[in-house]
Amino acid sequence: MEDQRKMSLTASLPKRSSSLRGRRRVGESVIQALLFFSGFVSIFTTIGIVYELGKEALLFFQMPEVNVLESLTTTTWQPHTGDFGIWPLVTSTLMTTLIAMSIAIPLGLGVAIYLSEYATPKARNVLKPILEVLAGIPTIVYGYFALMFMTPLLRSIFGKDVVEIYNTASAGLVMGILILPLITSMTEDALSAVPRALREAAYGMGGTRLEVALQVVLPAALSGIAAAIIIGISRAIGETMIVAVAAGAGPKFTLNPFQGAETITGHIVRISGGDLSYDSIDYNSIFALGLLLFIITLTLNVISQRIVRRFREVYE
Amino acid sequence: MKDQRLENRDQRLDDGAFHSPVSNLPFRHRIGKVWYFVFQISTVIGILALAALLLNVLNSAFGYAALEAKVDPAALAVNGVTIEKQSKEQLVALLQSKLSRGAFNKLEKDGPFQKRSRANVYQLVVERIVKYDVKRSWQLWESLTRSSEIKATAARDYPNAQLKFISWFTSDFVSRPQSSEALTAGVRTAILGSLWTILFTILLAFPLGVGAAIYLEEYAADNWLNRLIRTNINNLAGVPSIVYGILGLAIFVRTLEPLTSGSIFGLVDPTTANGRTVLAAGLTLGLLVLPIIIINAQEAIRAVPQSLRKASYGLGATKWQTVWSHVLPNAMPGILTGTILAVSRAIGETAPLVVVGASTAISFDPTSPFSKFTTLPIQIYQWTSRPQDEFRSLAAAAILVLLIILLSLNASAILLRSRFSRRY
Repeated sequence: MEDQRKMSLTASLPKRSSSLRGRRRVGESVIQALLFFSGFVSIFTTIGIVYELGKEALLFFQMPEVNVLESLTTTTWQPHTGDFGIWPLVTSTLMTTLIAMSIAIPLGLGVAIYLSEYATPKARNVLKPILEVLAGIPTIVYGYFALMFMTPLLRSIFGKDVVEIYNTASAGLVMGILILPLITSMTEDALSAVPRALREAAYGMGGTRLEVALQVVLPAALSGIAAAIIIGISRAIGETMIVAVAAGAGPKFTLNPFQGAETITGHIVRISGGDLSYDSIDYNSIFALGLLLFIITLTLNVISQRIVRRFREVYE
Repeated sequence: MKDQRLENRDQRLDDGAFHSPVSNLPFRHRIGKVWYFVFQISTVIGILALAALLLNVLNSAFGYAALEAKVDPAALAVNGVTIEKQSKEQLVALLQSKLSRGAFNKLEKDGPFQKRSRANVYQLVVERIVKYDVKRSWQLWESLTRSSEIKATAARDYPNAQLKFISWFTSDFVSRPQSSEALTAGVRTAILGSLWTILFTILLAFPLGVGAAIYLEEYAADNWLNRLIRTNINNLAGVPSIVYGILGLAIFVRTLEPLTSGSIFGLVDPTTANGRTVLAAGLTLGLLVLPIIIINAQEAIRAVPQSLRKASYGLGATKWQTVWSHVLPNAMPGILTGTILAVSRAIGETAPLVVVGASTAISFDPTSPFSKFTTLPIQIYQWTSRPQDEFRSLAAAAILVLLIILLSLNASAILLRSRFSRRY
């Protein structure tokens, strides 16, 4: 806020000098217009996403084979036979997300608490870059890891008859590792934003390190942590390459994590992998699915921003 | 009223775990230790995951393979000179005699033999006549620890095959074009495809991103429109990459097809009939990394101290003069660091490019913005999706190439940051 005021103060300076000279600088206005245009491109992008996805999705829903009510109540997704029940795709997306978050939340919080409350500065300087490396690895590499490491591991633990080669469990577990650094870094930011005075006060009351961390620091940073978790969920829902490689092809309505099932994103990738002809039902269906993804992730992101803004504990 | 509250608090103090009596102290410390251990374990698991991931890739990129030749290379020797040592002309003659006329003419049409290098012709001989076939391949760890067992298995199951220790990740692998044969496949096509794509990504996203950041930090007043732009950029950064792929398919591939296929310039690449080109892919990735570049550039510009701007204004500079000659030069290291990070994100992206329509198997290098394309991650995806072990090994080698590129990009970003960072 103060920055803003300062800026408007400085902004008024050159204006005054130009009015003294009574000369308008055309170049300046042109540049400003160009810069405004660059800023506005992001709005165009959003409009483009909503318009294009909405338009094709609308075409999809107008097709004679598609019935919105039916697609919400049936459990088969087979574009070629005209079955568009959305549930197999949604359940497998939820399943991989659930598995991923059950790994990423406890581990991510654990690592973040360790880094911010326990680790020495030296240890932190080593560990944080390692997590950054983990966050910078492309998702296709995680997909490879899921297929070549996690799946054989699961199959050797639970038996080859139980675990299929392509399964949602292995995709979900590796997705958890992918999301871990995201949750860790956001949570750690939230934890280190809690003022020192709070910790000192708690220590002064005789709290142990753990009690200070869990009962004072963690609640104070709760809004940031909640935001981190929601962003993590949104990331998991939109994650594509891991499920495309490891979760299997073909939509399947199952709640067994050891079976293969296609998620929303995995389905889009497989359908569009071939040469997709325009105005076919496949082409339109990926826009409808894309719109669904966009709405879900946008809602989650907006919720997370709201939480941060509304429930942030303000100190000082 | 107040007393009541105090009493309540005292009550709570007596009950609460935090404020439990001192006699509980050993127990509380024990609990503390257990949790400390739990936190440490989570950290160790995170590091182990990274180690497992890297070792898994290394493990697949090297190892024994049992190779069976369709035609024994020894049988192709002329006067005792093996094909490794034959001249280019001899090898061309060999191709002419062993291949059907149609196949030979097709090769001549793809690239005249006069212009081909000896290495290329030799590769053709190996690929088309000798035709090594990978019967089975083993991973590095097995190859090191159980080599005698592997040798016995190979001798028993594949008596005609020779067992060779193969490093799938070699300099040849980087310089060879893509091929459908595992042994002669390389990633040059994919690397060039990635570079071409990234070029257009940068051309679109860098000027727009920096422009938007300057606007938001230096010009924008605090009104609803600019607040909308800010919120919107934050939201766009969280949109899944595959949605950008769908957007790219609709806008760049379909609607702007005349532009992205090059037909409005009359430059249509004969191999592409539509807008699924390098240009369309680059622009799609450009939209994808735009929010990241804007957010990073905003931070860099915000870090430039107000005193610099005031000094410039004090000397009578206009707004743009101040931004161009003082703010931007000082923010540039930060902006470039952010851009490099965004570019490394774009290089690793796979999903949007699959949707935009990366080609599945092309063996010729992209030569213009309107060429068909494949990129390194796409190549990895395709090799990973194939069931044969040797292609998984190729994928591992390609992952190594990708990771090395990303690592050097990140290292240069860190160098840039430490070298040019100034303190005020």
